Amino acid sequence: MNAPVAAPPATFDCRQAFAETLIELAKADERIVAVCNDSVGSSNLGGFQKAFPDRLVNVGIAEQNMVGVAAGLSNGGFVPFVCCASPFLTGRALEQVKADIAYNGYHVVLCGMSPGMAYGELGPTHHSIEDLSWLRAITDLSIVVPADPAQTSAAVRWSVEYGKPSFLRVGRTKVPSVSEGQAEPFVFGKANRLREGSDLTIVVTGILVARALEAAEALAAQGISARVVNIATIAPLDEAEIIAAARETGAIVTVEEAVVSGGLGAAVAEVVVRHHPVAMRLLGVPGFAPTGDTGFLLDHFGLNRDGIVRAALELRG
Amino acid sequence: MSLEFSAEVPTPEGLSNLSPSDRAARLSDIARAVRRSVVRMIDSARAGHIGGDLSVTDILTTLYFGVLKLDPAEPLAPGRDRFILSKGHCAAALYSALALRGFIDPALLPTFMKPLSVLNGHPNRRKVAGVEANTGPLGHGLPIAVGSAIASRLSGRNWQTFVVTGDGELQEGSNWEAAMSAGHRGLDNLCVIVDRNRLQQGARTEDTNRLDPLTDKWAAFGWEAVEVDGHDHAALYELFTRPRSGKPLAIVANTLKGKGVSFIEDRVEWHHKVPSAEQVALALEELR
Repeated sequence: MNAPVAAPPATFDCRQAFAETLIELAKADERIVAVCNDSVGSSNLGGFQKAFPDRLVNVGIAEQNMVGVAAGLSNGGFVPFVCCASPFLTGRALEQVKADIAYNGYHVVLCGMSPGMAYGELGPTHHSIEDLSWLRAITDLSIVVPADPAQTSAAVRWSVEYGKPSFLRVGRTKVPSVSEGQAEPFVFGKANRLREGSDLTIVVTGILVARALEAAEALAAQGISARVVNIATIAPLDEAEIIAAARETGAIVTVEEAVVSGGLGAAVAEVVVRHHPVAMRLLGVPGFAPTGDTGFLLDHFGLNRDGIVRAALELRG
Repeated sequence: MSLEFSAEVPTPEGLSNLSPSDRAARLSDIARAVRRSVVRMIDSARAGHIGGDLSVTDILTTLYFGVLKLDPAEPLAPGRDRFILSKGHCAAALYSALALRGFIDPALLPTFMKPLSVLNGHPNRRKVAGVEANTGPLGHGLPIAVGSAIASRLSGRNWQTFVVTGDGELQEGSNWEAAMSAGHRGLDNLCVIVDRNRLQQGARTEDTNRLDPLTDKWAAFGWEAVEVDGHDHAALYELFTRPRSGKPLAIVANTLKGKGVSFIEDRVEWHHKVPSAEQVALALEELR
């Protein structure tokens, strides 16, 4: 008799949770508007547009104006959700994000849709692997990277109450839920320790959280106890959780779908060197990607179970 | 520092009852006070953008003292008119107008650009009441103003939004993104005033990156576009208060950079040159 084969876990496009939550909140809160750049479809705003046609401001293909318009809407008492493919929101309109939103302190929710290498074969022009680095250099801007639908929904709710500028990285790459068993899927500024461990810590964000959990399972089979910490709030970082990881496990692997110069790994390293230096490995995207779909590219760059395991074994020497 | 500011704060309400000629005369008096304040602030700071401050003064004066519905006691009143100075480097003129209008304590003006002053070289809404947007990088004010105009409609509060850009600033492409969307939406609650002094930092605009025919450009983007003498208070007042329907209004205000001080007027080197003590005295004499 064959052993039963476990069905692969259900996976989800976080844009759906994003859009459903936004519509639900907008029904009760007339301040909420959406601003986009001809991206109604790619930002999954069709339902919002149908429910609130007047509150969907589509400026066309004009990202600088898009972010400025959001600042003006905030000045006028609205809470704009700027929905735009992350490379163009954070790259084309970076000065507007800095000056119009962060420096002004306007309560605008910048939603970087389809970030990382979600646009796979479209290539590096459409990848957003620099966003975390660029945005982390901007003070007065909080950066949130939800890992699954529950975190996405909770982050959208939080962002309306927050009252200050924020950036949400909303993935389109399908991911399994990683929030089961969590008392609260997302608390702003707080890391989620998804798995206890004592030999090293994998610090991970976004769509790669599930892969980090797989790596921890594989490491356990080799007798290595890996802690897994999901960092949904990149800025401000939960420094206490990082310091605890360094003190209690003595080694850290960071994993992100982004360049490592300035992103999550760099943020963690900045805390570690100040408080409790330990050996680290920073996994991320090392350069402009070759042609390939998202899954291929993640594997190509070792952003998967085996790549994380390899880095962990190197660290434990 | 005596600012010679009137104890009685002039307001649009107070001016609306005057005859057009009396109103223009009063605005002219206020504009001279703003210009004197600008010269003193730049003298005190030993820095600033005197040429553009003086070219935009009559536009600011007409707006703040003749047109904008504002209340210094409630600077964030939801239905207030919005004014955005996109050419944020001319903060000295803005601060002077805000002080005369009752938003800023005039005693703060001598701290302009001094360490830890709230009066930065470019305005900051988080520090200075009456400032609507932190401008400085060029090409940012008009998109924010478009957002404000959309918000005015959506909220049903129907405030007016005015934004002043420099002319050299229009070389930034973001302005034309915003112009296109305002024209497309027919935002007739929005007015842009271009401070057309024809000089940018390094040279004349037309020798650097040509802007003319400028009114045609605005018209092509779906705006009602007009030219005016940017130092004619009566003509500016008439344009600002004229009923509009269906289109945003672009006013190309022909100005002199350095207006009011003979040795500064229309000279490119005075973009951000600081006058000597002797020149300050001469300037204040001319602006009496």
